[in-house]
Amino acid sequence: MPITVKIDICTGCGQCVDSCPYSAIELKNEKAFINDFCNECNACLSVCPEGALTEFALKSDLPKSINLNEYKGVWVFAEQRSGYIASVALELLGAGRRLADALKTTLTAVLFGSNEEEAKELIRWGADKVFHANDSSLNKFNDEPYCQLLLDLIRQHKPEIVLAGATAIGRSFIPRVAGRLKTGLTADCTSLEIDKETGNLLQIRPAFGGNIMATILCPEHRPQMATVRPRVMKRNLYNPDRNGEIINVPIQNLKSRTKVLDTVNESSECMINLQDAEIIVSGGRGLGGSKGFEMLGELARLLGGTIGSSRAAVDEGWIPYRHQVGQTGKTVCPKIYLACGISGAVQHLVGMQSSDIIIAINKNPEAPIFNVATYGIVGDIYEVVPLLINKIKEAKE
Amino acid sequence: MNIIVCIKQVPDTSEVKINPLTNTLIREGVPSIINPYDLHAIEAALQIREKKGGKLTVITMGPPQAEDALREAIAMGVDDVRLISDKAFAGSDTWATSYTLSRAIEKLGYDLILCGKQAIDGDTAQVGPEIAEFLDIPHIAYIKKIEEIGDGFVRVQRLMDDSYDVVESTIPVLLTVVKELNVPRLPSLRGKMAAKKAVITKMTLNDLDAEEDNIGLRGSPTKVKNIFAPPMKGDRKILEGTLENQINELVEVLKSIKCL
Repeated sequence: MPITVKIDICTGCGQCVDSCPYSAIELKNEKAFINDFCNECNACLSVCPEGALTEFALKSDLPKSINLNEYKGVWVFAEQRSGYIASVALELLGAGRRLADALKTTLTAVLFGSNEEEAKELIRWGADKVFHANDSSLNKFNDEPYCQLLLDLIRQHKPEIVLAGATAIGRSFIPRVAGRLKTGLTADCTSLEIDKETGNLLQIRPAFGGNIMATILCPEHRPQMATVRPRVMKRNLYNPDRNGEIINVPIQNLKSRTKVLDTVNESSECMINLQDAEIIVSGGRGLGGSKGFEMLGELARLLGGTIGSSRAAVDEGWIPYRHQVGQTGKTVCPKIYLACGISGAVQHLVGMQSSDIIIAINKNPEAPIFNVATYGIVGDIYEVVPLLINKIKEAKE
Repeated sequence: MNIIVCIKQVPDTSEVKINPLTNTLIREGVPSIINPYDLHAIEAALQIREKKGGKLTVITMGPPQAEDALREAIAMGVDDVRLISDKAFAGSDTWATSYTLSRAIEKLGYDLILCGKQAIDGDTAQVGPEIAEFLDIPHIAYIKKIEEIGDGFVRVQRLMDDSYDVVESTIPVLLTVVKELNVPRLPSLRGKMAAKKAVITKMTLNDLDAEEDNIGLRGSPTKVKNIFAPPMKGDRKILEGTLENQINELVEVLKSIKCL
């Protein structure tokens, strides 16, 4: 709801001006003034020491066009790649299970393509029910058929929450589904909770390149839809004896104006999917040249990891773009992220700061990378890394 | 061929700093720029127009000062621009933004629509595909190469998480593009002169066939409940002692988590 300023209370202290992420508050005649940029994020409300900022209730709220209580159950879109369930789908089942339990409702997975054995796997990973469109034509991702199938299922069964992976597939076709249903969709969530009072889904996500976090609500529309960042949510324990229901979804008259002609795997020696890597050894400007990446390559091989880099190293031409981690590269969340000679610009940090363990090696003790590092070593990488390589070799023997 | 490019004016997030005392963004002096991905969309559109002819229009939705972004686009060589701006659009989420843009595009006419893959302030990547849905046309997201634009079809390479697909679509179609697609050109001197003189045409609510229930705050299904600073990790540890001791400690850590 719009924010208003109680002019008589406002002291013009300016704290709200600093709090606003949208630069929507100015001081005019020593009073706060809300300009056109206001996004009604409410960030300023708690900041004002005088309580002069309040939400302005609209006279006529929207008539509730839908009956929210008709919508029941938590759904997970379980994406598959070349017939196999993607790991993000198992993470979504973990998140979905916790939400379904909090709401005392069921967890349903939706699978397009693949086969019955994989559908059973979804049950073993925590789903109560699986809607399975078992047709090999769906093994290749195509926006329009996927969109149409999911739309039909949602309209028929009315789930209250629908989650999908924030992957190339989920981020491409889920917006169309939400658009058609006229409901909210929150992108790339890193945390999901149920509001105990209202039962609404609290969707937490980074914004402004990870500089701030926002909690998003979809209070008056259903389903509440969100895409979820891969490698953030915890899986359930695998239970090989778990039973559930698999419901076949008939395929009929799926139209598509797009055709997938070919899929090309860009597999080369160093092309390991960064986003799936458990260990990433990453290098930055501090390496001083492409030679440094040969050294990091040895370390990565010893640890069974892959190579990442900061933008600076890519811009210098020391390593190809596909290794770049950060805002304009890949977002990663490995078990171990080893940052060598990376100072830790905000754009890099947002791409790796949710890693389980961050080890930073940098000669500058003031480098911002140390603010997010679990373990930090202040030193020259050309001294530290060779020694580390030797010690690891020793430890392995 | 009628080409529309949708752009967004965003704060340069690489310049955004956090005030450590209040844990809020310092926006003062942060420059506004064209969303970097959108520059690649403009470049792609310019190249298509150079080859195929037609008209290239760049549109943006935003407050009056978003005009600056459109002037930059003119300086790069686009034919026409529209500023979609109205107080009634304030507070739009991705749903309402996509709806409003789709109404404007409907008015302008289109064969090909190009967008950057996402904006660097919101990072949602949702507006492109949602516009396509509202126009009832196909879209292809994350384009890294345009292989061919033929008679009534396009063939492109779409970036997936671990591979790329070659995808063909009928025209009209909406494409969202990634950085690998091209290197955006710099504005020419003549372009800059043209940008200075250009009169920016505005489209307001009255110019669109839009339902008021679908625009602005009222048309936005999502609401921002609150914003907060990202949590800092509490378990930071700078290792001490001789380098050898530090490395030994690190190796023990790696062992303890069964990495070695």
